[in-house]
Amino acid sequence: MLEIKDLHVRLEEEEKEILKGVDLTVEAGKVHAIMGPNGSGKSTLSYVLSGRDGYEVTEGSAQLEGEDLLDLEPEERAAAGLFLAFQYPVEIPGVGNMTFLRTAVNAQRKARGEEELSAAEFLKIIRERAKALKIDAEMLKRPVNVGFSGGEKKRNEILQMAMLEPKMCILDETDSGLDVDAMKLVAEGVNALRGEGRSFLVITHYQRLLDHIKPDVVHIMADGRIVKSGGPELALEVENNGYADILAEVD
Amino acid sequence: MALPQAKQTATEERLAALTMPDAGCTRKAREAALARVREMGLPGRRDEYWKYTRPDTLVSTAAPEAAVFNADEPSMFHEFDRLKIVFIDGVFSPEESDDLELEGVTIDRLEDICCKDIHWAKELYGVLEANGQDPVQRPLAALNTAFASDGVAIHVTGKPTKPISLNYRHASETSDAILHHIVRVETDAEVTILESGPAASRFNKCMEIDIADGGTLHHVRAQGRDHQRRAATHMFTRMGQESVYKSFTLTVNGVLTRNEQVVELTGDDAVAHVAGACVGDGDFHHDDTVFITHDAVNCESRQVFKKVLRNGATGVFQGKILVKEGAQKTDGYQISQSLLLDDDSQFLAKPELEIYADDVACSHGSTSGAIDETALFYLRSRGVPTDDATDMLTLAFLAEAVEEIEDDGLADVIVSRLQDWLARRR
Repeated sequence: MLEIKDLHVRLEEEEKEILKGVDLTVEAGKVHAIMGPNGSGKSTLSYVLSGRDGYEVTEGSAQLEGEDLLDLEPEERAAAGLFLAFQYPVEIPGVGNMTFLRTAVNAQRKARGEEELSAAEFLKIIRERAKALKIDAEMLKRPVNVGFSGGEKKRNEILQMAMLEPKMCILDETDSGLDVDAMKLVAEGVNALRGEGRSFLVITHYQRLLDHIKPDVVHIMADGRIVKSGGPELALEVENNGYADILAEVD
Repeated sequence: MALPQAKQTATEERLAALTMPDAGCTRKAREAALARVREMGLPGRRDEYWKYTRPDTLVSTAAPEAAVFNADEPSMFHEFDRLKIVFIDGVFSPEESDDLELEGVTIDRLEDICCKDIHWAKELYGVLEANGQDPVQRPLAALNTAFASDGVAIHVTGKPTKPISLNYRHASETSDAILHHIVRVETDAEVTILESGPAASRFNKCMEIDIADGGTLHHVRAQGRDHQRRAATHMFTRMGQESVYKSFTLTVNGVLTRNEQVVELTGDDAVAHVAGACVGDGDFHHDDTVFITHDAVNCESRQVFKKVLRNGATGVFQGKILVKEGAQKTDGYQISQSLLLDDDSQFLAKPELEIYADDVACSHGSTSGAIDETALFYLRSRGVPTDDATDMLTLAFLAEAVEEIEDDGLADVIVSRLQDWLARRR
């Protein structure tokens, strides 16, 4: 599904290399987790994959189902099936949540040459999916993320994911700022979307999210590289001993 | 104090080109207004109140030529059931207008208020304009009172079931129109007045609005698409106890527009909202000048002005809230913002508060900025193409002003005009 090879990235505005040769392959239907200390490049990886400005790829490639992601505009990547759940979802005053989602869903369908959803069809689907995430009608009407609590913002990200039905979902520290109950709700939302060949890349600091979203593979990222990969037990090791041991071992 | 020679000469030259209509009972008010013009002189480049907007073409002897835009599109509010009053180049058109009959309101042409002996109108003509000359001079409004050649007197005594729509058509490339309307909303009466159209190559419009206790006036205006037109408009509003005034103006074109709103809250618990959205491209200069005076207890005023500017367009906002001594519990809010879509455009803002009461809540803010890149990326990351995302954010920026329109149907029409403007610029 997602194949990243020797990806080198630096910030456009400074001579600072953040990713120093990332290799990562996420197979269809699998859940991969990336853990790592602050500043290891986890969020940068998610931004580069989704096409945010300000990063320069100096070497390497990233492909989604064989298509070169790095050549595409952010909206083209989305239409190709990539989705990033933001660590800090953006507030957009004046744009209704529902309007935004319908525009996004139909823009993607249009880009893929599919028929657009009518207002009624869309309403039916969104009501059903919002209900599962305990998002009420009021929240759908409000401007995108404006006045939402931390938990509401993250649930709204998952709702977008559920509506857009991407093939490859990247969750960037979706657990940050969530209490235990909110985290469970978000995890249930994610788990409901597992299967059908859909892949996930879950970026997190903590093992606790992975209690709820069980990964197939866990990667440890440090200083711009994947330094170790393993099964779910790797996350437990981090939880118990921190990153120091693993990093020492790698060195 | 004598006027500077240059100003006096310019003023006299302009006056020499105008003829005061044979106006019967308004003659006295017109003569008084003419005396005010002579005393103040017409606006010049050095006047502080015209610091950001050059008045030259608004006071010149002849109106600069303006091409007539012919889009073959129906007028702005054509879908609404309304009482239509049409002026072509500033002249009332009985053929194009509906019969001026509507339950709850009496409408007369300005020239008929004398022969019909309409007391309220005779007593109101020029009065609010004269009051509005202090503390800031508005000579173009006095000029209007003196020389207005047409207009209507609208007397609202009930709650008419449909809006009154003033439609201003532009037909001649050299037309120079001066219209003066007077509106009296009686106790507990309520009306919606719509205005649309470019009116003339140069348009000087004055509207005096007197709202009695408990009266409500909704005003929605769209100033027409003719790109080369010029306009200087004044709305003077006096508000009684528990009265409501809600005004919204859309400007999508026009080489020069100066809209002044002068509102005086004279009765307790009155509510005045004055809003505007303008979108300007290229050779476009738009000036909103607002002066709100709180002279009663527990009144609310809101000014919301949003401007989207590109290709060197200029937006101006001069807004003032004056809270007089004793106007306690005043709630005043003012926001003026511009969205600059490129580096060539500019927004000039002068927000002012002057407060002489000690128990008031007044806030104001003014900002100028570009499209929010973070929000743009967020929308694009969900699959919304850049152009659509930019338009969404532009409309979102204007939303706070458009939301001041209470009627959803009217608000939708305004939004669709804004969407058209954005679409034409793809």
